[in-house]
Amino acid sequence: MITFMNSDSEEEVCNERTSLMSTESPPARSYHEGICTEERDKEIQEKRRGSPCHHGDADQCTPDSRGSTRSSSLEEEEEEEELTLKYGAKHVIMLFVPVTLCMVVVVATIKSVRFYTEKNGQLIYTPFTEDTPSIGQRLLNSVLNTLIMISVIVVMTIFLVVLYKYRCYKFIHGWLILSSLMLLFLFTYIYLGEVLKTYNVAMDYPTLFLVIWNFGAVGMICIHWKGPLVLQQAYLIMISALMALVFIKYLPEWSAWVILGAISVYDLVAVLCPKGPLRMLVETAQERNEPIFPALIYSSAMVWTVGMAKVDSPTKGALPKDQEQEDDWSDTSGDHSYSETYDSPRCTPLHVPSYAVEELEEEEERGVKLGLGDFIFYSVLVGKAAATASGDWNTTLACFVAILIVSGETAEGTQIQPSPEPSLLTQPWGVFHSASFIFVAGERRLRGISELGPSGLSHTQKEFPW
Amino acid sequence: MTAAVFFGCTCIAFGPALALYVFTIASDPLRIIFLIAGAFFWLVSLLLSSLIWFVAVTISSTKNESVQRGLLIFGVLCSVIIQEVFRFAYYRLLKKANKGLMTISQEETAPISIRQLAYVSGLGFGIMSGVFSLVNILSDSLGPGIVGIHGDPPQFFLASGISRGVSLNSFPELYFPLIFSVSRPFFWSLFILSTCWLFLWFFYFPLYQFT
Repeated sequence: MITFMNSDSEEEVCNERTSLMSTESPPARSYHEGICTEERDKEIQEKRRGSPCHHGDADQCTPDSRGSTRSSSLEEEEEEEELTLKYGAKHVIMLFVPVTLCMVVVVATIKSVRFYTEKNGQLIYTPFTEDTPSIGQRLLNSVLNTLIMISVIVVMTIFLVVLYKYRCYKFIHGWLILSSLMLLFLFTYIYLGEVLKTYNVAMDYPTLFLVIWNFGAVGMICIHWKGPLVLQQAYLIMISALMALVFIKYLPEWSAWVILGAISVYDLVAVLCPKGPLRMLVETAQERNEPIFPALIYSSAMVWTVGMAKVDSPTKGALPKDQEQEDDWSDTSGDHSYSETYDSPRCTPLHVPSYAVEELEEEEERGVKLGLGDFIFYSVLVGKAAATASGDWNTTLACFVAILIVSGETAEGTQIQPSPEPSLLTQPWGVFHSASFIFVAGERRLRGISELGPSGLSHTQKEFPW
Repeated sequence: MTAAVFFGCTCIAFGPALALYVFTIASDPLRIIFLIAGAFFWLVSLLLSSLIWFVAVTISSTKNESVQRGLLIFGVLCSVIIQEVFRFAYYRLLKKANKGLMTISQEETAPISIRQLAYVSGLGFGIMSGVFSLVNILSDSLGPGIVGIHGDPPQFFLASGISRGVSLNSFPELYFPLIFSVSRPFFWSLFILSTCWLFLWFFYFPLYQFT
């Protein structure tokens, strides 16, 4: 189902470019030639700009653009506003679904496959062990591990920004391809091996080779070139889950929590500081008016109209997590930093035949994009809670709900204020808030609930029968 | 225990809630969001009450059985009170949010009415509370073992499913918020509600002991 739509892809590039520009300047142009739905979308977008106008976002909307929209379709306004709100909620739900799926895959694997909860060494990025006699020593080691990890991440990010500034696109593309090759082939092979071991299923090498070859090859094509949207989304979710599983396995417990916290803080810093690497990346991309990388971004729709609420997470925080594993992941750092810029190679892999666009309802024409780092970050959070909670599902569920709330917060924040800065602002806060909540919740609740709830009474009774 | 027990228990406990979800909430994304937000608020209230209980236990660090039991009861009381407080806080938050939503949408009718909000958030509270009390038992039911081998009632799972099930737990959660939204003499109804709730809890407590 791969189609060759070069002309369409060029249109996509055009649209992306114009939609990029639209987010910076007051939207007073039409981007598509005479497609009335696009006009409506533009109006909707202007109205959405219009609604935050009273928050004082002066550079985002001009009075005349507002006036023009008002004059254009008054009778549709109410409907549009209602739709706007519904779109906002719908986008949040569109985010919930992949995040939930990824977390479900990770938790299911953690609970069933023993391999990912066994301690089998650590990454070279976390050299200090946590098997120390005293708590103070353990804490110190985990903090040191975190420092090393975060510095690796910072170095990689700066390297990436430098590469981008000096237009070494080929290098970045090669890096990205190498990283997805490794994920799709090597990690899948390991994962499949462990799952087969767990369920005691035998598979011969030729079959294995066939399965993995097909999986990997189709994955590469879907992610880096063109493919059906659902397949693409499925692959992105799978590779995020694989990555998260690797982190859950190889990060020692305390280090994992400290790293998660530190990443949220780093996210805040990198995105808000004027000299922060992410901010520079975003600004450079916006100056050049071009999309950044063939990104690893999850997108939930085929068509991006008019810079509609792009929920590109400036989750730099999550990226570092990717980077540390191998060098090949630093590309993802870029993905999350920008908000509206999007690359043309990203458009092309999407299968956008014209009939599909008409098929889609208006509500689904606009999509949301979320960086894969977010998926990985959330999945590591939930996976760690599931892995360390000694069979307790309550902590896992609590983390799950908290993460949904956080991603909802982020999505809503970006919906309401479409300019880059607020989304950059919301995401780190959301992540920080969730990480701290989950950490506190995990520890306290684990003890509190098992004793406190009514189940606690019977739990203690139940212990004895077996 | 077999898969039949697992699925049966799950369906008994979560069937009505799932039906409510599928038929009324799943179609509207805004309602889903409020459902999750309701669940989250319940979680936060539970966190607070467990913190209080934990502090109380560590302060009175005795191994005395009756003291522990007393503390547990105190903890339950606390948790009920905190749940009610949080429900009230959530109600206020929702009222504000509704106003905010109406401002953004710039139309006369709100996208979601306060009654719907009450229903959805009550369901969220109830689902979360039911899930939290039941999910560990469900996961145990998938593992090996025989129920009642030491003289405990063999209908443990069935009884848990029914008593802890979301239908029973969320019944108060669901319908009392509705009363909230409807009744004007607000604090008076709150008082009545809290006493009903406390009464229910004390009534159920010995029941839980048997299950």
